[in-house]
Amino acid sequence: MIDPRLVLVLSGVLFALGAVGVLLHRGAISILMCIELMLNAANLAFITFARLRGGAEAQIYVFFVMTLAAAEAAAGLAIVIALFRLRGTTDVDEINLLKW
Amino acid sequence: MHIFAFYVLALLTVASALVVVTHRNPVVAAVALAFNLISIAGFYILLGAQFIGLLQVIVYAGAIMVLILFVIMLLNLAEEVGPHSAGTFQRVLAPAATLVFAVVLGRALWRTAPSSFPPPSEGFGTAASLGRELFTRYYYPFEVISLLLIVAMVGAVLLAKRKLT
Repeated sequence: MIDPRLVLVLSGVLFALGAVGVLLHRGAISILMCIELMLNAANLAFITFARLRGGAEAQIYVFFVMTLAAAEAAAGLAIVIALFRLRGTTDVDEINLLKW
Repeated sequence: MHIFAFYVLALLTVASALVVVTHRNPVVAAVALAFNLISIAGFYILLGAQFIGLLQVIVYAGAIMVLILFVIMLLNLAEEVGPHSAGTFQRVLAPAATLVFAVVLGRALWRTAPSSFPPPSEGFGTAASLGRELFTRYYYPFEVISLLLIVAMVGAVLLAKRKLT
């Protein structure tokens, strides 16, 4: 049978990969995709804990995280479209209107 | 059999995540992300959470990925070009800091988690057991999250509708 520690370490690795993507990418959509990667890593850890505890709670949390990710993707992509119309780019280094 | 499937899925997941993080073309990255999400759904089913696994394929690999790909193609995004304006400092420091983070996190998880799964409880991961919890104990969070979806939908329509001035 599978070792739960391996699944948890894998979810940690996926989270770190998503984090490094957020730090290195410049395209707003690429950053959004890396955030989805991080959310999925957390979900994988949740499911592992759900299987360890045997209850339905952690699975309900995963359900909520998925809903939240859908809302985040819809709102985030709408912001990207609005920014692209306004500035003609999705490069987050160019979008520094609020930067002091 | 299970352990073999686990290693194949782990390899696919990490490889596709690496493509998402490193590839400069957003379309390739989006397809790799869809691949990654489907492999994670494989993990859910392997761990016995079949309903969440199916939701993952439908909601994530279906709806969210279509939305992301649609926006990439709508905006006709080119590859990211040129060096990062934050310079080489960020390019070197970000992977190094994240590596430290990953090692610390992995070590903490490895040391605290038990080394084997208990036998699955009765009806674990079925739509029936999840639905019963969702509509009894988690009824109010469920209503709040549906409200959040409506707000996000209205916000998305408002934001993307007209040209901002």
